[in-house]
Amino acid sequence: MIRLSGIERVFRVGEEEVHALRGIELEIARGEYLSLMGPSGSGKSTLLNVIGLLDRPNAGRYELDGRDVTGLDDDELSRARREKMGFVFQFFHLVARLTAAQNIELPMVLAGIEPGERKQRLARLLSAYGLEARAHHRPDQLSGGQCQRVAIARAMSMGPSVILADEPTGNLDRHTGQEVMAVLERVHHGGGSLVLVTHDPEIGARAQRRLRMVDGAIVGDERG
Amino acid sequence: MRLADTLGFAWQVVRGYRARTLLILLAMGIGVAAVVAVSSIGEGARLYVVNQFGSLGTHLVVVLPGRSETAGAMPGVLIGKTPRDLTIEDALALKRSPAIRRLAPLIVGAGDVRVGARNRETPVLGSTSELMDIRHMAMAQGQFLPPGDPRHSQPVCVVGAKVATELFAGRSALGEWLRVGDRRFRVVGILATQGESLGFNTDEIVIVPLAAAQALFNTEALFRILVEAKSREQIAIAQSDIEEILRERHEGKREVTVITQDAVLATFDRILRALTLAVGGLAAISLAVAGILIMNVMLISVTQRRHEIGLLKALGATGANIRLMFFTEAVLLALGGALLGLAVGKLGQLFIGQLFPSIPFTAPWWAVIAAPLTAIGTAVLFSVAPARRAARLDPVRALSKR
Repeated sequence: MIRLSGIERVFRVGEEEVHALRGIELEIARGEYLSLMGPSGSGKSTLLNVIGLLDRPNAGRYELDGRDVTGLDDDELSRARREKMGFVFQFFHLVARLTAAQNIELPMVLAGIEPGERKQRLARLLSAYGLEARAHHRPDQLSGGQCQRVAIARAMSMGPSVILADEPTGNLDRHTGQEVMAVLERVHHGGGSLVLVTHDPEIGARAQRRLRMVDGAIVGDERG
Repeated sequence: MRLADTLGFAWQVVRGYRARTLLILLAMGIGVAAVVAVSSIGEGARLYVVNQFGSLGTHLVVVLPGRSETAGAMPGVLIGKTPRDLTIEDALALKRSPAIRRLAPLIVGAGDVRVGARNRETPVLGSTSELMDIRHMAMAQGQFLPPGDPRHSQPVCVVGAKVATELFAGRSALGEWLRVGDRRFRVVGILATQGESLGFNTDEIVIVPLAAAQALFNTEALFRILVEAKSREQIAIAQSDIEEILRERHEGKREVTVITQDAVLATFDRILRALTLAVGGLAAISLAVAGILIMNVMLISVTQRRHEIGLLKALGATGANIRLMFFTEAVLLALGGALLGLAVGKLGQLFIGQLFPSIPFTAPWWAVIAAPLTAIGTAVLFSVAPARRAARLDPVRALSKR
């Protein structure tokens, strides 16, 4: 369902050109659980951004669910992200002035979904992620683990086909990190693909398929 | 994104950033309040002048000797050089016009009015009984001048309220005699207090019959003829009739100036309206300043909210969504500021109204509509740049770890 071929991503830093991604060839099947590991600056976040349609490759071809998405403009990309992608970030990125429920609702609001429908989905998400008691709390009244659960619920609100998690445990203690991973993996068992970027080998090892990146290229692809 | 949700989202932002919101509300409010207050002062002045002219009498046409090309100046200000005087006969001849209901010839001078040992200098008007109706005068006591042939007079007079109290010091003036110059007049009426009209304070005048005034000031020449047309529509007919009749009587020469109250009024109306617009416009500059403040604050806000905007884009907001959010926010702020400004402006107007109760301060309708619209217009205009900047933010860089 995701097919990347010949993906190149070049950044210009002053006079220098930095090859963040070189000749990436990657296929991710529906429902796959995949971790991306590698040293800092190896391009794993850039690859995640390209997969998540946040960033556009300089060269190559990207097919998502059988559709070529390489040449889409900004607004088409926004709509595609809304429909297909769910993001979970290291720093949660919750809107501080909105309550947990409002944060979870945000993608549905942006997509223009009817308030009635939104309320139903919201109720389901709150109960699925054990957030009913916290629904009307603002992020600063929530623990890190709760914040990340809100972020995951938000990522799931539009029923995405891919969940992209960039260091989702990077800002949490070990115990909370394990909890959050369990929640993410439950999402994956629900049928969606899960792409995880992490530094932590222990976390990375939980995935069924493990990619290693060095200097913008995929150097290892283990399964099982 | 649904409109209601866009509004809700903008509302959250407006509530979320209190200090910023208050600042913008203040700037917008001051701008709108200034426009409303200043234009209501101008409008008050206009209405005041219009009302003053209105008290001249309705359907009034003023005939003055001498020719002037000026169509609308205030009678009394115009000094026409007179080739030939306007006489009582001229005035009586005007009665031929079917468009004229009544007329009153007028002679004006200053007279030394005395009662026993008391005396004072007052304006003395010589006219006929019809002056009362033409000028809408009211009597406090007694009657106005008796009707009759204006060429002959009885020794009677009508005095203003202040003249009566000052000269007769507590005694009833009615029926008493007073002396103007070397002639004696019996007081037959006292005018009700009316205040200023046609350049005279009616409380401080003495009105005597026309023929008496002619003798008193030793002149045949009339100062004015006040003519009342039968209706508003007949004013123009009366005006041309007057010009026609007087030209005939003056061997074909046009030697008078005929001023209609409408023309005078229209001129004042125009001048004061233009003045109000001008000062209102000046006040509107403060709205432009408020607009620039909004732009500034919005630009800062785009920088401060980089993460949030990046996040919204990552979650699927299109550029149009983001722009609309910023516009909505600006409109909400401007609307709040405008309402605040209207309220403050109204209060200010009431306050000035308390200080000067005789002037009818009211904000003109165009200011009440234009000020908030300008406020919203500037808000939207000046948030174009910030909104575009926000919509163009690259989500990856906006979200990047600080």
